Amino acid sequence: MKRFSGLRILAEGLTGNAGWRPHWRDAAPAEAYDIVIVGGGGHGLATAYHLAETYGEARIAVVEKGWIGGGNVGRNTTVVRANYLLPANQRFYALSLRMWERFEQELNYNAMVSQRGILNLYHSDGQRDAYIRRGNAIRFSGADAEHLDRAALERMWPFFDYDNARFPIRGGLWQPRGGTVRHDAVAWGYARAASARGVDIVQNCEVTGFDIQGGRIAGLRTSRGAIGAGRVGICVAGHSSRVMEMAGMNLPVESHVLQAFVSEGLKPCIPGVIGFGAGHFYISQSDKGGLVFGGDLDGYNSYAQRGNLPMVEHVCAGGMALMPMIGRARLLRMWGGVMDMTMDGSPIIDRTPVEGLFFNGGWCYGGFKATPASGLVFAHLIATGTPHEAAADFRLDRFARGHLIDEAGSGPQPNLH
Amino acid sequence: MMIDHPILGPRDAEEFVYLGDACLMVRPDGMAADAAEAFATYLYARENPAGRHRELWFHEQGDQSWLIVTRCTRTHAIEKVELAQDAARAGVVGQ
Ligand SMILES: Cc1cc2nc3c(=O)[nH]c(=O)nc-3n(C[C@H](O)[C@H](O)[C@H](O)COP(=O)(O)OP(=O)(O)OC[C@H]3O[C@@H](n4cnc5c(N)ncnc54)[C@H](O)[C@@H]3O)c2cc1C
Repeated sequence: MKRFSGLRILAEGLTGNAGWRPHWRDAAPAEAYDIVIVGGGGHGLATAYHLAETYGEARIAVVEKGWIGGGNVGRNTTVVRANYLLPANQRFYALSLRMWERFEQELNYNAMVSQRGILNLYHSDGQRDAYIRRGNAIRFSGADAEHLDRAALERMWPFFDYDNARFPIRGGLWQPRGGTVRHDAVAWGYARAASARGVDIVQNCEVTGFDIQGGRIAGLRTSRGAIGAGRVGICVAGHSSRVMEMAGMNLPVESHVLQAFVSEGLKPCIPGVIGFGAGHFYISQSDKGGLVFGGDLDGYNSYAQRGNLPMVEHVCAGGMALMPMIGRARLLRMWGGVMDMTMDGSPIIDRTPVEGLFFNGGWCYGGFKATPASGLVFAHLIATGTPHEAAADFRLDRFARGHLIDEAGSGPQPNLH
Repeated sequence: MMIDHPILGPRDAEEFVYLGDACLMVRPDGMAADAAEAFATYLYARENPAGRHRELWFHEQGDQSWLIVTRCTRTHAIEKVELAQDAARAGVVGQ
């Protein structure tokens, strides 16, 4: 792997940019591997990287049914943060945020990690108290949180509709270390680093079945033939139920569609990432100038990778209530992704009843920020057979045991998380 | 999406609240010996199919009836709409 550097850009620029090469090898599947990761999204690629780099494993493949980065890792709104209330989540996301801070140096890849800060607004006294409590919990975990009152907000965000009759803005919880990361670059960066460490990245290779012998995984059936495997890790996000059904499991998961929106390019006008507290709307501005925003799930089971128009209107109405100045910006693009929504809104990283088969999923609408930590802890589980301490609560049996990790407190109703 | 309500005719899906898989109508027996396990499965495990899905919608901004909508989760096309009470009486909720 040739390192990227400022010097190399200069040298390439002076020599006609003829020396750039594909960032990773597009491998054909071998007959067998020690470890096969199913799903070439952020989590699958990060897992393969950490298996090779951190846990010294060899003979690893990532098999992806389409092209890497074509799933949710390339469809999300790129927000990274560690502002959860419950210790089980916050411990994990705080680790992930620390890993984002080292990501570019460690992988020698520009992912445009931008710690521009994330602001969550509150609109009532009760909400203020809840946010301050959350802020304290975040600080206990070692991550950062600051309470900003209205006067402080007005200095940085003069354009909010503070005196909105229904949703007056009273203040917010600010996490300066949160921000955005270029999503495609995360997939490419992990793919390049994994490939350089010998991992085979096999695209256009759909897993269609498992070869299970005497309760142990022995291999996979794929659209490119059978592949033997000693251990298998599943990272297929929205398709978790479909893939795990082939191993005889019904997961506590529903697949839902979430949409994202981008406006035409504008001059820089929105600092940080902003979340409305009175409806489902959040927004940031990309480096190209587009306003990137999103809101709630459409709300019904879907594998369609596209949503319906009522949610477009709902999200835009939220935006207008918060910052009427965006009303004249034109919407340029929108799309949807399939979310693996769990029954408590938190992820699952665990062994399965099939020996040697491991599952990572249930990332809901927030798994992009989890990518580095998810890769590390899943690699730990696959390599050592025991859960990583940062993910020890993300067990599959927590539902039956009643140890749910329900941030929203909305019960087993995936479209409300 | 338009839901063709058996009594009220075609209605915008926005008038409804979505609950989930119609298997939720088949409550396990709370007094059975395996009740704890059966309720864990009932509450949390879902088939979550890609394709035909029988699901519960509540007509909140309408006549407050529960409907079972058979819908394709790949295309969102609706194949069939029934009153949940009719399906319950006919004993066909769990398919
Ligand atoms: C609109 C939208 C906005 C979002 N915004 C944010 C955000 O701001 N912040 C945040 O933290 N998270 C966000 N998310 C969530 C985040 O994108 C996901 O939780 C995360 O990307 C999921 O992990 P992944 O990258 O591994 O998934 P994916 O990229 O979806 O990877 C899974 C891969 O598995 C492959 N696969 C499926 N079935 C098979 C099979 N049978 N055989 C082989 N391969 C298979 C798929 O093709 C896919 O490439 C958002 C999601 C969406 C859709």
